[in-house]
Amino acid sequence: MTIGDANRECVRRLQAGGAVLVGVRPAREVLPALGERTLLHAGPPVAWERMCGPMRGAVVGACLFEGWAATAEDAARLATAGGLAFEPCHHHRAVGPMAGVLSPSMALLVVRNEAFGSEAYATLNEGLGRVLRFGAHDQAVLDRLAWMNRELAPLVDGALRRAGGVDLKNLIARALTMGDECHNRNTAGTSLLVRRLAPHVAAARTGDVERALAFMDATDHFFLNAAMAAAKAMLDGCHGVPGSTVVTAMARNGVEFGIRVSGTGDRWFTAPAPKIEGLYFPGYGPDDANPDIGDSAIAETAGLGAFALAAAPAIVQFVGGTAGVALDTTRRMYEITLAEHESFRIPALDFRGVPLGIDVRKVVETGIVPVIDTGIAHRESGVGQIGAGFSEAPMGCFIRALEGFVAGLGV
Amino acid sequence: MEPGHLLAAEIRVVSIGLELFADALGARRVPVVHIDWRPPAGGEPRLAALLARAGDDVDVERGRP
Amino acid sequence: MSTGATAMASWNFVRKSFYQDSVTLMLLTRDMEAVPGVARAAAMMGTPQNLVLLHDAGLLAAAGEAAGPTDLVIAVLASSGAAAEAARAATERALTARPASGPPGAAPRPRTLAGALRALPGANLALISVPGAYAGAEALKALRAGLHVMLFSDNVPVATEVELKTLARERGLFMMGPDCGTAIVGGVPLGFANAVPRGRIGIAAASGTGLQEVVCHIAAAGDGVSHAIGVGGRDLTDAVGGLMLERALAALASDPATEVVCVIGKPPGPATRARLGDWLGRLGKPCVVNFVTRAARPAGGGSTPPPAATHVAATLEDAALAAVALARGKTPAPVEFTDPPGAITRLVEDAERRMRAGQRFVRGVYSGGTLAYEALGLLEARLADVAPGLTGGGVAHRVVDLGEDVFTVGRPHPMIDGTVRREWIEKEGAAADTAVLLLDVVLGYGTHADPAGELLPAIVRTRRAAESAGRHLAVVASVCGTDGDPQGRSAQAAALRGAGVVVMPSNAQAARLAALIAARRA
Repeated sequence: MTIGDANRECVRRLQAGGAVLVGVRPAREVLPALGERTLLHAGPPVAWERMCGPMRGAVVGACLFEGWAATAEDAARLATAGGLAFEPCHHHRAVGPMAGVLSPSMALLVVRNEAFGSEAYATLNEGLGRVLRFGAHDQAVLDRLAWMNRELAPLVDGALRRAGGVDLKNLIARALTMGDECHNRNTAGTSLLVRRLAPHVAAARTGDVERALAFMDATDHFFLNAAMAAAKAMLDGCHGVPGSTVVTAMARNGVEFGIRVSGTGDRWFTAPAPKIEGLYFPGYGPDDANPDIGDSAIAETAGLGAFALAAAPAIVQFVGGTAGVALDTTRRMYEITLAEHESFRIPALDFRGVPLGIDVRKVVETGIVPVIDTGIAHRESGVGQIGAGFSEAPMGCFIRALEGFVAGLGV
Repeated sequence: MEPGHLLAAEIRVVSIGLELFADALGARRVPVVHIDWRPPAGGEPRLAALLARAGDDVDVERGRP
Repeated sequence: MSTGATAMASWNFVRKSFYQDSVTLMLLTRDMEAVPGVARAAAMMGTPQNLVLLHDAGLLAAAGEAAGPTDLVIAVLASSGAAAEAARAATERALTARPASGPPGAAPRPRTLAGALRALPGANLALISVPGAYAGAEALKALRAGLHVMLFSDNVPVATEVELKTLARERGLFMMGPDCGTAIVGGVPLGFANAVPRGRIGIAAASGTGLQEVVCHIAAAGDGVSHAIGVGGRDLTDAVGGLMLERALAALASDPATEVVCVIGKPPGPATRARLGDWLGRLGKPCVVNFVTRAARPAGGGSTPPPAATHVAATLEDAALAAVALARGKTPAPVEFTDPPGAITRLVEDAERRMRAGQRFVRGVYSGGTLAYEALGLLEARLADVAPGLTGGGVAHRVVDLGEDVFTVGRPHPMIDGTVRREWIEKEGAAADTAVLLLDVVLGYGTHADPAGELLPAIVRTRRAAESAGRHLAVVASVCGTDGDPQGRSAQAAALRGAGVVVMPSNAQAARLAALIAARRA
């Protein structure tokens, strides 16, 4: 088998991948390899000592949520003393936005890739502002998480069973024709998902139905976590093809940016996380910004987000661009990908499929790196999102990946 | 003359390098696209060599075509 | 209005039922904060959460407090009411202005071959002129993608050339080059090429300016060109073995529009020469060959006699005229001079009479390699002490080809930019022993918009300087081009004549005239 063959096979699997949201289950139930006192986080591996502000805050919050510590100070001491284990969400088929901290009791969306019999997971989106994923861990955050676990998760789980699951691939395809790119713009996806679930939520005999529906209505990015898990499910299905140079994950932990490649197994290829170019909410500026963080770049890895920017031109205003910039951004990404998605198509490009299958070799050859459109977090924990803009995957990741890939050939 | 033979075909050009050649063709209304070319891998020979070892025709197990 | 920080106050302007995208709102914020006197500003929809944010930022005033979720709140913290109003006006302008956008659908230039093939489906030829270090790889990519290739670049290793041409042969593709500067395929000029009528004469050339000179003379004689295929300067050497020439000849043999074939290049290597005989024998059409040569070797090159139907021409001009003659069923006749002998004698005497003692030598300053090579051969046949190379060395007669690699490192080719040629013209013209400056002026697509104009200032300056030192410089040139070229051959020749340049009908005739003048100075 040649590299060309391997890549063709990898892309074939990616195109064929499915993503059906089938339920909401506690993490410890669906992640059997998750050890006790283990927390998952966004991005490549990172030690407690190096974690950025939002992630440390989220770790503290997760400890409090799990009852492993009574106060924030105790939680920090527990972490410093080595009483916690940390692993990337990606190592457990999960993805988390921003800090992406996931603990054993948290409720996870379960997405099935039926073509490969595998699943992927993500937490439920908490909303904006003072939320765990930005490092907030006060009582309001913990109460909300508790409510989500106690009331929202079972209601959504039951609704999904009644509905027979929700085909996220279908929703993503439709959302792309409605102005979403499924990373920073999720309004249409959320609307489609909540509309689909609402009758089945309402049919529940018990539970806080009103508040659940109101919560989903108010959470503009509710769809984001589902879209991320869908992308993860599809990409996991094409990971592990020997000889393939296709990127199967891009993820950031606020300190480093990491990628994984189909043909190089579980290795991470990392470089320092980039700063984000963008616009800030009132009162904030670049000095307040955390470097790029989150597993949400899984969207771009699957051809969504900035790769599908031509479907969501409003976002380019974050860098003072025009609608033409949106088209050009997607067009530029075609230069570093191997195929065009058969299902995810963009009306403004005459229904051309989104750029699919980032090829490490093409990135190094052309000098064009994947671009990601993303929220900007405050670098202190607990403040929240302070803006939005674009970041570029560091070339260093792709150079290291190419070196690692070539070293593994003919061995 | 077999089909696909250059002498029998309408010439449609991909231009790589000097822009003046693409401009001259454009002025004659010849279909042409000019590539915004730069040295592969930013001109770094080490990276170009790595890329050469990772071509589509390289056999994964043998490490060469 | 409520009082905020010292001398700062917050103003709110509310537009009812005026929804705007959150991104648009953030842009408005940025515009407002750029207004002098504004400390902080925000444009937000009046939802309860946003009102809290505005309050926490010290921006909320009474008007904003009353706003509803579908109202737009413009909030400004400023040092004066005038500044706040200016900020508000800025948002009004931004909201009503139409965005400045590029032409819709105009895509950026592709960065890769794959991108180019998406942009131009059905592309069938790659014209490659990148630096030599990268040229081979780009040509390989193009061939693998099923494109014919014209490779203008030189400094490509010969092993790469053989690899490319072998692959092209396997795929049934043309691999023209490396070092192929000129081609005309199906009437389309590629690289440096001239506008010539379509017609019945096909050319295969291992030479750029050689091809140009031949097609221009065919046009001048009233005939036309079916295709002019460049094969690359090194193709006829035994290292490459004529891989592309064989393909070109086969194509011209089966091309219905081609009635006569003309082959141009430097003399082939011995092994290639033998196989060339076979290829020419299989043409089934009349053929003319010109192997641009030096005095030591005969014009046909070598001892193997060419096939019976092959006419051997001594110069590029003769090759063109022979092809035309064969196409018309006539017998080719070589040309020494177009002008009658009396006129040539007068030209020589005119030039030579005003020269000062000591002016003895021909100095050629060329932009075209093959033209320089042809001139050198003609001078060697008629004069002694002609420097053998083309790099401008030697103390007596010499010819420099400024298109040689040594002169073009980091500088544009002399057919594109005349700076280096002007320097050489002035240098050679200033030498007291220079009698004749011999020049080529090459026109066509891709070359300078006014090649004569590029050289004239230097020619005029140099001649005046020589005159004031009591020397008369003869300047002899040929113009390789047609009136169909962007520059216009007649206009270029007229401009040169206006400066006292003797313009001869061909490179060969110019070289012969220069030799005649110098011969009288010996």
